[in-house]
Amino acid sequence: MHCSIRHLQLHDKARIISISAGGELGRRIRDMGLVTGTEIEIVGRAPLKDPVAIRLRGFTLTLRNNEADHITVEKLEPTP
Amino acid sequence: MNKHYLAFAGNPNAGKTTLFNAITGSHQHVGNYPGITVDRKEGSTILGDSKIDIVDLPGCYSLTAYTQEELVARQVLVEERPALVVNVVDATKLERHLYLTMQFLELGVPVMLALNMMDDVRSKGIQINVKQLQKDLGCPAVGTVARTGAGKEELLRTAVEYAQQRNGEWRPLEISYGPDVDPVLERLSAMIAEADILQQKYPPRWVALKHIEGDDSIIEQGRSIDPELSEQIEAEVQILRDHCMKTLNTFPEAIIADYRYGFINALLKKSVFATQPQSARLDLTDKIDQVLTHKVAGPVLMLALLYAMFHITFTLGEYPMELTHNFFALLAGGASAIIPDGVIQSLVVSGVIDGVGGVLGFVPLIMIMFIIIAFLEDSGYMARMAYMLDKIFRSFGLHGSSVMPFIISGGIAGGCAVPGVMATRTLRSPKEKLATIITAPFMPCGAKIPVFLLLIGAFFSEHRAAVMFSITLGAWVMALLVARLLRSTLIRGESTPFVMELPPYRLPTMQGVLIHMWERTWEYIRKAGTVVLAISILLWAAMTFPGLNQEVEQTFIAQQIILEQQLDASTNQAQQEILREKIVELEHEHSLAALKNSAAGRLGQMLEPLSSLAGFNWRTNIALIGGVAAKEVIVSTLGTAYSLGETDIEVSGDLMSRMQNDKDWNHASAISAIIFVLLYAPCFVTIVVMARESSWSWAMFALIFNTTLAFGLASAAYHIVTAVA
Repeated sequence: MHCSIRHLQLHDKARIISISAGGELGRRIRDMGLVTGTEIEIVGRAPLKDPVAIRLRGFTLTLRNNEADHITVEKLEPTP
Repeated sequence: MNKHYLAFAGNPNAGKTTLFNAITGSHQHVGNYPGITVDRKEGSTILGDSKIDIVDLPGCYSLTAYTQEELVARQVLVEERPALVVNVVDATKLERHLYLTMQFLELGVPVMLALNMMDDVRSKGIQINVKQLQKDLGCPAVGTVARTGAGKEELLRTAVEYAQQRNGEWRPLEISYGPDVDPVLERLSAMIAEADILQQKYPPRWVALKHIEGDDSIIEQGRSIDPELSEQIEAEVQILRDHCMKTLNTFPEAIIADYRYGFINALLKKSVFATQPQSARLDLTDKIDQVLTHKVAGPVLMLALLYAMFHITFTLGEYPMELTHNFFALLAGGASAIIPDGVIQSLVVSGVIDGVGGVLGFVPLIMIMFIIIAFLEDSGYMARMAYMLDKIFRSFGLHGSSVMPFIISGGIAGGCAVPGVMATRTLRSPKEKLATIITAPFMPCGAKIPVFLLLIGAFFSEHRAAVMFSITLGAWVMALLVARLLRSTLIRGESTPFVMELPPYRLPTMQGVLIHMWERTWEYIRKAGTVVLAISILLWAAMTFPGLNQEVEQTFIAQQIILEQQLDASTNQAQQEILREKIVELEHEHSLAALKNSAAGRLGQMLEPLSSLAGFNWRTNIALIGGVAAKEVIVSTLGTAYSLGETDIEVSGDLMSRMQNDKDWNHASAISAIIFVLLYAPCFVTIVVMARESSWSWAMFALIFNTTLAFGLASAAYHIVTAVA
């Protein structure tokens, strides 16, 4: 099922399908290692639900919900 | 002796500066890149018979040209051509850190890797085949642990050896970016190579790549050298861009990034092995974060921490500040004793000593403040604060990281805007930073408090706490609203993306914290010291010249002589007492007359018709003008203007009663004055620091804008309260 990062729950894992951001936002996202095919995990949300903290490639980064909206992911089933 | 010039580069949080500190120790200094506020850190060390000069480039994630840090890093590489780039990477996160490495390799500059945090690599059960990695990347790599300094000798030896071997030769790495990009890239590189543009500086294939990536800085340079060729190239790139959008629904620069990561992944598969499952275990950082960013505990702990930090700074800072204060009072006393009465004495005491004392008085505060800030930053907690508060600050056009400058400036009443504005350095978003710089001085700093206490004592003594609280609250509301206003008008524009790393928690190194503290303090002393001294003398002159005319002066002196003679002649104790009081009164009248006749005094009187809109008489005006030098001056100048001599807040009872009895002062004008003092022009030290962190024109803007805003609101409040009462 495809959705944006905003709709993932805490501890959900997902794989990035596409990124629609261009310009500076797109570049920043890519520089931090968010590219198509990357596996991510939601590791936290700020007390006011925004920004969101995600884990990828062994480190944690945060982005705002409206920035995360540009990233479409495919939810991965939790590994048993 | 051989000389080598190296550049340290790497992602933020790679431990680059820690390694730089470990290698250069105290042999370093901080300057500035021209025109921007990015620090230029340089240092040196000796290895055998080689002297190694090192520039510590600002941390960045990429070599594009979006941020000042990246632009600077690229400029140094291209313009200064260091013999070698030592790329410091966090070896536990190679996948991301090598993305920057790839860009150095693409540019072709001689580069080697410092595989930092090797201790973490081992404890996480990761194995790195360094030989394989070196072979695949085509550059040397040395493992280091920056915090302990382990591996630094080997790193330097390898660096010197490799720098000599490469002898400054650039060797661009050419990788494939896939079937869509590659043909265009080849065509463009051929065109660029043939036309021979930018070749002194950059390899042609790299220039072509940057055009495809849409790098504004390179495109601009191309246009200015060969507009015709540029047009051709841009047309080709546009075709590629449309093609990628149509067939792949993506941007060429995204494809390029994909291929870079692909290259990195293929390479890491051969050289990095996990000996235990990585994802399953929660590390220490995750456990700490479960508490520190918890939705209830997180904010509560953050508030407690901010309050504690504030409390520590200002209670701890009080003693050394008192000491400096007393020292300068002693100095002033000494100078008054040595230098005969007159203009020179006044210049030395009120102009120079008070000015320098005013500047140095802040030093202890700045030192403590920056030790704490460095600690919060290096430990990784600062990023968490920004993360938790971003939602609130963003809705006002600011950034989560704006909280620190606001708090320090007096967000908890009693701070100081000088270190507050300096703390905006940690904000990497230019627009948000500017809005923070302009609004942070609204906060009730320690020097405004005595003014509030005076006014509250005189007019609202029964509601002390409530009024103080409203002032602090009002300052926050105004700062946030004005920031919002600025961000939707003068500093308009998309908010800078928040995409930010949450680094693992680390115990900061003592050396790192102390170096950071000293850098900021020294910078403050150097910059603020010179300018503020000049301004202080200027303001002293404005409040001293032109002196009273001969005739009036003579009358005062004559009166004083008469009183003194009477005193000498008198034998009656009670009468002596009265005469002494009369002499003091006369002295106060004398200084009042002199002040009234000075440039500032005349300006104060001239402004009275205007200032009466806000309920201020000329006496208040003079005090407020003096307050631009330093808010501490307001109460003492009011004292002089009410012919009480210079007044301390401790003995301001007389001043309070005079103001209560003055028909110009009432509840309305007191409220108006509180609003005005809270919001008007930042003090001169702050203005100098603001200019340093932004530009002189923005600092001047703040001076005028904040004063106008303060006056408008104060006048409105004055009229509303008058009408209601």
